[in-house]
Amino acid sequence: MIEIKDLHKSYKMGSNSLHVLKGINFTAEAGELVAIMGSSGSGKSTLLNILGMLDGADSGEYILDGVPIKDLTETKAAQYRNKFLGFVFQSFNLINYKSALENVALPLYYQKVARKERQEKALNYLDRVGLKEWATHLPSELSGGQKQRVAIARAMAAEPKVLLADEPTGALDSKTSYEVMDLIQKINDDGNTILVVTHEEDIAHMCKRIVHLKDGVIVEDKKIEQVRAEQYV
Amino acid sequence: MWLFDKDLWVEIFHTLGKNMFRTFLTMLGVIFAMIILILLLGSANGMSNGFDKVFAGTASNSLFVWGQSTSEPYKGFERGRRIRYKIEDAEILKKQIPEIEVLAPRIELGSHRQTVTVYREGRTSGSSVYGDYPEIDNITKKKLVEGRFLNKTDIEDSKKICVIGEETYKLLFDKGENAIGSDIRINGVFFSVVGVYKPNNNINIDGENAVFIPFTTFQKAFNTGDRMGWMAISVEPNTKVPVVENKIKKILKTKYDIHPDDERAIGSFDMSEIFNNISAFTGVLKGFSFFVGIFTLLAGVIAISNILLITVKERTKEIGVRRALGATPRTVKRQIIVEAIVLTAFAGLIGFAISVGILAILNSLWGSGEDFPFVNPMVSIPQFGISFLLMVSLSVLIGLIPANKAVKVRPIEALREE
Repeated sequence: MIEIKDLHKSYKMGSNSLHVLKGINFTAEAGELVAIMGSSGSGKSTLLNILGMLDGADSGEYILDGVPIKDLTETKAAQYRNKFLGFVFQSFNLINYKSALENVALPLYYQKVARKERQEKALNYLDRVGLKEWATHLPSELSGGQKQRVAIARAMAAEPKVLLADEPTGALDSKTSYEVMDLIQKINDDGNTILVVTHEEDIAHMCKRIVHLKDGVIVEDKKIEQVRAEQYV
Repeated sequence: MWLFDKDLWVEIFHTLGKNMFRTFLTMLGVIFAMIILILLLGSANGMSNGFDKVFAGTASNSLFVWGQSTSEPYKGFERGRRIRYKIEDAEILKKQIPEIEVLAPRIELGSHRQTVTVYREGRTSGSSVYGDYPEIDNITKKKLVEGRFLNKTDIEDSKKICVIGEETYKLLFDKGENAIGSDIRINGVFFSVVGVYKPNNNINIDGENAVFIPFTTFQKAFNTGDRMGWMAISVEPNTKVPVVENKIKKILKTKYDIHPDDERAIGSFDMSEIFNNISAFTGVLKGFSFFVGIFTLLAGVIAISNILLITVKERTKEIGVRRALGATPRTVKRQIIVEAIVLTAFAGLIGFAISVGILAILNSLWGSGEDFPFVNPMVSIPQFGISFLLMVSLSVLIGLIPANKAVKVRPIEALREE
C-alpha cells in the first residue's frame, strides 16, 4: 500500500539547513495499523506530512497504492489527498462553524458527491462513530473525545486508502484516548490501513507494528502483539 | 457551470452567515459608498431635471434681436441714430436666411421696459404692452392659467383682445373674479381679455407685468404703421444660433446703413448660450458625482478586500483543513472571490435601496422645483447598471488579493498555525 525508498528531507533555517529525514525506507501493507514513534525532533511529523502530501520530499521515492507520488502541483496534491488519504489531527481541526454532519460531509463536497448522497453518507459515518444523535451540534458543543470521533468520521467519509493520524490522542485524557483507539482499531478491523504518529507507549502498543524514528532514521521496526483498547473502555 | 452549483452557494452563505457581525461590518463601507454615489448622481440628475423644468417652454435654440442706437457715424449719418425696424424686415430675413425656423415680430408700447398705464373700472396697472404674433408661443411658451393665447384669427381680423399676466390680473381684478370677457383700457382703446398667464419666474423676457395684444390690432389701435420693435427668432435644429445671428446682423446693417463694425446698433441676445452653459454645468456635475462616487466605491471595495484579508488570516487553519481534505487552490480561490462578490453586491443593493429611499424623501420635500431647480432626483437604470457592474468587477479584481493570499499558505503551515 505504502512504499518509501531512501526518503530525504531537509529544512533551510537561515544559512544552515536542518537534515530532518536521512534516508527512510518503509513499507506498509494494506490493512496494517502502524504506530510511528519517536521523540520530538525525530522527524516523525515530517514523515507524516510527506506521506500526507502536505509536504514534499527532497529526494527518494514514495509510491501510494501503486501510484508514484512526485512532482505534485498543489491542485494534483489536493486531488490525491482527497482520493487517497484521510487525516486525523491532534487538535481535531474541525471547522468550528459547521455542524458535526457538515464537517463529516466536507471531503465528500470536494469529491463532488451530490448533496443528498453526501448527507446520507456523512450521517452513516457519524453513526459508525456513535455520534448520530450529535449530527446537528457544533464542535463547540462536543467533548474532546466526541470531536476526535467526528474528525475520524470525516477522515473515513472519503473512503481513503490510508488513514493518517497525527497524535490523535495527544489532546485527550487516557480514558477518552482509549475510546478513540478502540474506534481506530475497529476501523482497522474492517481492513483499513492506518498510520498513527504518537509518542505514547500505551497508544503505540494498541497498534500492530511500531516503527521507531530517531534523528531522521528508522532505528527499530517491529511487529507487536496488539493490545485491545476495548478492555479499558 | 460552477456559478450555478448550489453547494457553492450553500457553502458561501454558510460562511458569511456564521459571521453575521463581521459580514455586516465588512459591508458598511460599500453600503455607504453606494449611498454616496447614488445620492450624488440622483442630486445631479435632480438639478438637471430642475433646470429642464425652469427652461421648459423656452426654445433653447432661439435669439432675440432689437434695435438700439448707432455708435459709429456711417454714410453721412451721425452716430447715436436710433435704429427702428420695419415689419417688412421679418419677411426679408425669413426669405434670405433659410435656417430661421420661426420669426415672431413684436412691438412694444412706449420705449423698452417702460410701462403703460392700463385701466379697468377705476383700477390701474403699470404694464408693458406688446403687440405680438401667435408664433411667439413657440419660442417662449406662456403658461395659461385661464383662457387662451393669441391666435391666427386674432391677427387676421385685428381683434381687440388681449392676454394679461397674473400680476396685471391681480392689480385690475378682485381675487377670484372672472377676467375672461372683461374689458381693459389701454391708451383709450378697449381690449377684451381672452387669457391670463402665469409668468415663468426663472426666465422672464417680457417683464413681470405684461399685456399681449395681436400685432395687427396694435398697429391700428396705436397707429404704429409698419414699425417693428424686436424679433424673437428660433433657428432650425442642428443650426448654431451665433451663425444665424451674424447673418441677421449683416442683412440689417446693410439695410439700415449701419457701420459694419458697429457693435451697439443692433441689440441681440442668444438664448442658446445660457442653455449651453447650464448643460455644461450639469454635465460637469454629473461627471464629478460619478468620479467621486466611483472612488468612494473603490474605497469601499478595498475595505471589503482588507477585511477578507484579515478573514483569510483568521481562517488560515480552516483553509488548511479544507485543503488537507481535498480542496484545490482553485476551489479555495473561487470561494473567496465569490464571497467578495456576494458581499459587495449585497452591500451595493442595500446601499442602493437606502439611497433611493432618501432620494424619494428629498423628492417629496423639495422635488417640486418651485424654490430651486431640483426635480425628480433619481438615478437612471443605465447609471445604476454601470455603477453596479463596475462595483462587481472591482470586487472580483480586489477579491483576488485575499484569494491569492489564501492559496499561498501551504496546507502544512496552515495546519501548524495555532
